[in-house]
Amino acid sequence: MKNKFLQAILAIALTGAFFASCKPKTTGDAVSGDAASRVYVAPGKYDEFYNFVSGGFSGQMSIYGLPSGRMLKVIPIFSQDPESGWGFSEESKPMLNTSEGFIPWDDQHHLELSQTNGEVDGRWIFANANNTPRIARVDLKRFKTAEIIELPNSAGNHSSPFITENTEYVVAGTRFSVPGDYEDGDVPINTYKKNFKGHISFISVDKESGAMDIAFQLRLPGVNFDLSHSGKGKSHGWFFFTCYNSEQANTLLEVNASQNDKDFIMAVNWKKAEEYIKAGKGKMEKVRYAHNTWNDETHTGTSVIKEEVLVLDVESLKDVLYLMPCPKSPHGCDVDPTGEYIVGSGKLAALIPVFSFDKMIKAIEKKDFEGDYEGIPVLKYNSVLHGEVKKPGLGPLHTEFDGKGNAYTTMFVSSEVVKWDIKTLKVLDRAPTYYSVGHLMIPGGDSRKPFGKYLVAYNKITKDRYLPTGPELTQSAQLFDISGDKMQLLLDFPTIGEPHYAQAAPADLIRNNGQLKIYDIKKNMHPRVAKGEKETKVVREGNKVHVYMTMIRSHFSPDNIEGIKVGDEVYFHVTNLEQDWDVPHGFAIKNAPTAELLVMPGETATLYWKPTKPGIVPFYCTDFCSALHQEMQGYIRVSPKGSNVPISFSLGTNLPASAK
Amino acid sequence: MKTSNLTLTSKVLLLMVGILFIGSLFVPLWRIELDAPQYPEGLTLQLHANKIGGDVDVINGLNHYIGMATLHTENFFEFTILPYIFSAFAFISLLLIFINKRKAIVIFLITYVVFIALSAIDFYRWNYEYGHNLDPHAAIIVPGMAYQPPLLGYKQLLNFGAYSIPDVGGWMLTGAGILLGLIVWIEYKSKKVAL
Repeated sequence: MKNKFLQAILAIALTGAFFASCKPKTTGDAVSGDAASRVYVAPGKYDEFYNFVSGGFSGQMSIYGLPSGRMLKVIPIFSQDPESGWGFSEESKPMLNTSEGFIPWDDQHHLELSQTNGEVDGRWIFANANNTPRIARVDLKRFKTAEIIELPNSAGNHSSPFITENTEYVVAGTRFSVPGDYEDGDVPINTYKKNFKGHISFISVDKESGAMDIAFQLRLPGVNFDLSHSGKGKSHGWFFFTCYNSEQANTLLEVNASQNDKDFIMAVNWKKAEEYIKAGKGKMEKVRYAHNTWNDETHTGTSVIKEEVLVLDVESLKDVLYLMPCPKSPHGCDVDPTGEYIVGSGKLAALIPVFSFDKMIKAIEKKDFEGDYEGIPVLKYNSVLHGEVKKPGLGPLHTEFDGKGNAYTTMFVSSEVVKWDIKTLKVLDRAPTYYSVGHLMIPGGDSRKPFGKYLVAYNKITKDRYLPTGPELTQSAQLFDISGDKMQLLLDFPTIGEPHYAQAAPADLIRNNGQLKIYDIKKNMHPRVAKGEKETKVVREGNKVHVYMTMIRSHFSPDNIEGIKVGDEVYFHVTNLEQDWDVPHGFAIKNAPTAELLVMPGETATLYWKPTKPGIVPFYCTDFCSALHQEMQGYIRVSPKGSNVPISFSLGTNLPASAK
Repeated sequence: MKTSNLTLTSKVLLLMVGILFIGSLFVPLWRIELDAPQYPEGLTLQLHANKIGGDVDVINGLNHYIGMATLHTENFFEFTILPYIFSAFAFISLLLIFINKRKAIVIFLITYVVFIALSAIDFYRWNYEYGHNLDPHAAIIVPGMAYQPPLLGYKQLLNFGAYSIPDVGGWMLTGAGILLGLIVWIEYKSKKVAL
């Protein structure tokens, strides 16, 4: 009796153990033994790669070293940054200007490093703003946003900022189709099919300066444009976009835009479009958009509102656009390093179609069309298909390449990265991610020359991967070694915002690109610079007061200012006189409702301040600059409105006390 | 008469001495290297025949903490005359080829050695002046501390290590002196052989 009871207990325990052992392996097993040493970068040593990671809804871009995952810098692009004063200083405010005024936030999704001959060249990185359509160019000599251009006729600037192989163009497609800004937009929403259009912008980039300009826009039928990549090598001259919502739904898209078995990859022959533009087929349309540029010598941003854009209506032009049917609302649109294979990732598809550029050209020549969509020829699926990757996983999103004939695709639903052979389409390996991976990135992995040593997965869900921090968790990136046959997980590292796409380049390429250490004060052309303490002054112009101030270790000049009155508008033009690397000074005023300024050596920046009550207001240096940093401070005397205290300023000498 | 003529070797060497003097006009003569925990890349003060170069502005900025006077080329009369002195030395070296007398070379060598000694004294005097003549209101005052850089070699000055050594031009001038000595040795040795 007792024996039987024990046997029963034993049987239950054994059964339990059996089921427990069936449970999938946890991350503990996924990390190989020597992972630590492979991501260890000793103190004082440098990482192998710079990893530029989009900041999602933070509007910023963050930069990490690989393989260590150490954060190096966060660059504000479409966001105000209280740390540096970006978007708070008078000089940087124009950079966030738009046709609708100052917009200090955006949703930054994708990044693309500039390329020459299809290879990363380390000069600039382009960033998109998803919400209020904008494209930015960040200068990698200064690690600072140099230019922001707004996109008219667009909404939800998602399929950007992808570039052509010599950075001839940055391309930006609209996610939402909307009536053009030059048309009457006051229409019923359910007239989508009739009134809503998609516009894709081609932004030219100056070879030397990087200066951007909207060269032209293509006017397209109303669908959602999702992602894009340019052709390269033999397919240079073409651009590929995934399109969904070919159903042209304007409500409950999760159902209504998922009806068609196939949506499209749209192939754009942009060289052909250029020819039509040259032939005068484009039409100047009245729009309004801001073009903001940063000047390195005046240390000032300028915003210009432009009022025209060249639009090419391509629905009537039969040889610029072709559609390739692609299963189930495709998301990622990725072109392999040879330029031959175009991978479309249908979010809801159980396979990954791979299209052949050569077959596409042949099909176009033979007019191998199955019909047309809103006047655009639709190529036959089987005529353009290289093949399908069968059973890759669930929810394919994005693909990158290692330059060794392999592709790596993220699977959002099954939470894994899948490695497959581009030619044979055979799945070679799969690695779990924690959790629900979105984009992935291999250094140079969307260029003609990938550096196929590491892969980083940027996950959408973090859950239990780090010490918990309440309801809001950090985001999680995961580093894999892909140099061998099997992917090996090496490291998790947290990231800011919500990373979407990312880029990376070999460290030496960025380090040795002519990076600045300081700004040469002799070349400082700021209209209110003080190039030495002798040039400092306080000037009243009506109720505006301009303070020309300098900073050097460890004092401000002047540091005693009187004669400011309640209601004055005070502009502190602060110049950092240092000419030595890594000696910024900060400038903060008590109760200023803005932020600090962080001024680099040789730079001038301006803080606006409107005193609200009489009294003594201190200011100080916020960046611990020297042993006497705590002595780097000053006082402003604020007198009541109508007071007759004259403007005076001094440093190191006490002036005779002026009357109250 | 013939025995006092210079050998061809000596003449070639004199030409080289002249070239070294000319060359020293275009490169820094002396350098004071400074390094500190905050300056892993180091700061360098370079003394040319006609100016102070290197990170002089950064060094001036740092020196204000200890109250050292700022360094400016125009405050040193030496920089106005040194280029002429070296040019003269170069001219004399070439002239000596034509004078063709070993005694003249001996006189020049002695003059040059005296010049070097005077220069060292002058350099020491300036170092002393800048190292000791400090602003009494300076932020950092360490009782008994002076900031005189070493004439030659290494010295720790608060958080900075100062390393004072010849730069390219200094080595060229040293070379010129050695070559002059070599010429004298060759000439007197060759005369002995001739005797």
